[in-house]
Amino acid sequence: MVLKVFFPSCCSSADSGILIGRWISEQNSAVILAVVHFPFIPVQVKQYLGEVQRVTKVSVSVLGSWSNSKQEKEESLSEFLEDLGTIFCHEPWIQISKEGDSKFWSCSILQKHSKNPQEEEIILVYYDQRKVMLSHLHPPLDTAGQGAEDASKLSAIFDTVARSQILFMTDRYDEGPIKLTHWQSDGVEASIIVELLKQASVPACMLLTFLLSLLSGICRSRVLKFWPLSFLWSKLSTCEQLGHRLQHLQVISSNKKAQNQNQLMRKANIFVSLLIDVALGILLMSWLYRKNRIGHLADTLIPVADHVAEELQDLLQWLMGAPAGLKMNRALDQVLGRFFLYHIHLWISYIHLLSPFIEMILWYVGLSACLGLTVALCILSDIIALLTFHIYCFYVYGARLYCLKIYGLSSLWRLFRGKKWNVLRQRVDSCSYDLDQLFIGTLLFTILLFLLPTTALYYLVFTLLRLLVVIVQGLIHLLVDLIDSLPLYSLILRLCRSYRLAAGVKFRVLEQQDGKPLRLLMQINPLSYGGVVQTYRLPTYSCYPRDSWASLCKKLFLGELIYPWKHKGDKQN
Amino acid sequence: MAEERRFLSASGVPIALRRRQHSASCRELAVRGPRLQLRSLSAATSAVWLAAYGLFALCENSIVLSAAIFITLLGLIIYLHFVKIDQESLLVIGSLGIQVTSAYASGKESTTFIEMGQVKDVVINEAIHMQKVIYYLCILLQDPEDPQAVSEVVPLFQSSKPRLDCLIEVYKSCQEILEQRKTAPQSS
Repeated sequence: MVLKVFFPSCCSSADSGILIGRWISEQNSAVILAVVHFPFIPVQVKQYLGEVQRVTKVSVSVLGSWSNSKQEKEESLSEFLEDLGTIFCHEPWIQISKEGDSKFWSCSILQKHSKNPQEEEIILVYYDQRKVMLSHLHPPLDTAGQGAEDASKLSAIFDTVARSQILFMTDRYDEGPIKLTHWQSDGVEASIIVELLKQASVPACMLLTFLLSLLSGICRSRVLKFWPLSFLWSKLSTCEQLGHRLQHLQVISSNKKAQNQNQLMRKANIFVSLLIDVALGILLMSWLYRKNRIGHLADTLIPVADHVAEELQDLLQWLMGAPAGLKMNRALDQVLGRFFLYHIHLWISYIHLLSPFIEMILWYVGLSACLGLTVALCILSDIIALLTFHIYCFYVYGARLYCLKIYGLSSLWRLFRGKKWNVLRQRVDSCSYDLDQLFIGTLLFTILLFLLPTTALYYLVFTLLRLLVVIVQGLIHLLVDLIDSLPLYSLILRLCRSYRLAAGVKFRVLEQQDGKPLRLLMQINPLSYGGVVQTYRLPTYSCYPRDSWASLCKKLFLGELIYPWKHKGDKQN
Repeated sequence: MAEERRFLSASGVPIALRRRQHSASCRELAVRGPRLQLRSLSAATSAVWLAAYGLFALCENSIVLSAAIFITLLGLIIYLHFVKIDQESLLVIGSLGIQVTSAYASGKESTTFIEMGQVKDVVINEAIHMQKVIYYLCILLQDPEDPQAVSEVVPLFQSSKPRLDCLIEVYKSCQEILEQRKTAPQSS
């Protein structure tokens, strides 16, 4: 059997002593955590290890001896080290010795109760203790759901080092009876800024929680639940986004400490995302209010709305004539065209009524961009929706008319063939009609059929316009979702401290010498950027697409109204 | 101890297989493909720049020339860093696992390590690709629930595509080490 020894590279130049760590018998491997130097009292060492075991729940024990002799190999020292094996009885007892500055160490194993007396091959794996301690091993994404206790042997090693943090807290300036060497034995480092931030965060969190509870209390009050207002809140995407951000703030300001890595990363991601969002929003706001750009924007808004209305009028005049050479039914054409023209006239008057107030409204609404870039984008999307409200109305009228016509046509077509739709049985049955029923039915069918091109053309034109507006709004929402869900903190961590997010390990074979054990260097293989985004994505409140392409086309053909964006809270209709 | 032998890949380009034995249970097998040739690089660059000069002669806008230079540089960087694989190697460490590395022309290395407990076997498979039958070496991963089933197949040497004679050498080396774990007493 092969014996694997995981040796921390920081202990390579440590003085002679005994090795403490964890022995994993299922994998026949020893994870060495630190070196205890002479002089020591064995009883105190055992006591110390017992305490460490109690606190960390890792079975730390004395695994072997380490001798680093600067001069020639001393015979008495090697006998002394062998005798230590009898005091700290551990099977197998590992002896590592380094001569001078040589890279090639000699390892030997003492087994008193060995079943097979053959020579065991030893593999020496060096690892960077600090990086392995701080790193978090991500299981492969498809096995994340199953119980992965024995799926990865390496996770046992990462786990051992990560949970032994208390062992690394004693440095060589401590006045204890035990002298250790590990990665932090030269002194525990800490940053004053981090400590100050930790102290300041507790009252800040409490204040934020109080303010948020006030705010959510106001939002939930009965005043805002009356019908027109609640309908308005549910339709405006700005309110959704503000609610979403409020939820995020509640997550950050909660007093509970994060239980595991995922929750910690989520909190950090939300915090960084909010920070960047607000920073970009304030940048946008300063750009808008400098040189009074928002005044210019308000000034151009009314002419743009007028221009759109004029273009629509031209379009309707074109439809009322002979559009693309098609011959329309004159009377129906005139009726529909005049109806829509009157609608546009109403809309223009409404816009002109509002025009003195537009600048002021826009000025105050623009101030809310300081709440974040996502809020500003949502406001833009809402403004577009409000300005193109008449297009939405036209679409609904055209769609309803067309839908009625299609249903009428299909029902009368069945009558034409002598069949009927049986509502009880949900199928088409044959039916005998009276002569006058047949006559009127056929007449109506003919009328509807010949009026179909006109209605269909109006429906087509307004559906295309509506789809254009929907696409523009959709792009804005896509951008908002991207800003909402991107895990920026995880990406920056992957860029700067890539060892913290580990997908696995990689081994590098170091120089070998015959007769000496195999030397490998274990390094951390960081998670790919795609993997980081997939693991740490923040959940958003909308999910699309609602319909597949086939059902969308079917709805368009039948004239049913389409609402492409579904929010998570909506019930299925 | 290292030895190098020359073989041919499935498409006929010369490749080299290098075997190193680091210890009784550790072997490294590296397949090196041909390097980037200067003549293909100059041919591609000249083609792009001739097209750019042609466009410049048509539209008299010097942006076309700077765009061509930019596109050439960007394309070269993307090709060297993401597409051109120089060397693919397999490091088999008995009782630890198998490590698969791809080294790109720009120096980037992408590594995957598969633990020995997950490896069921290393086999040579046949595949029908268009009108040819090609052989490829792959690692079979064990399903954690069912010891007889295979959960995943990891193909090796995808970009250098060695032929059967080279694959047999690699297969024999791997099997020698994998057999050791069967003869050694199994620990649960």
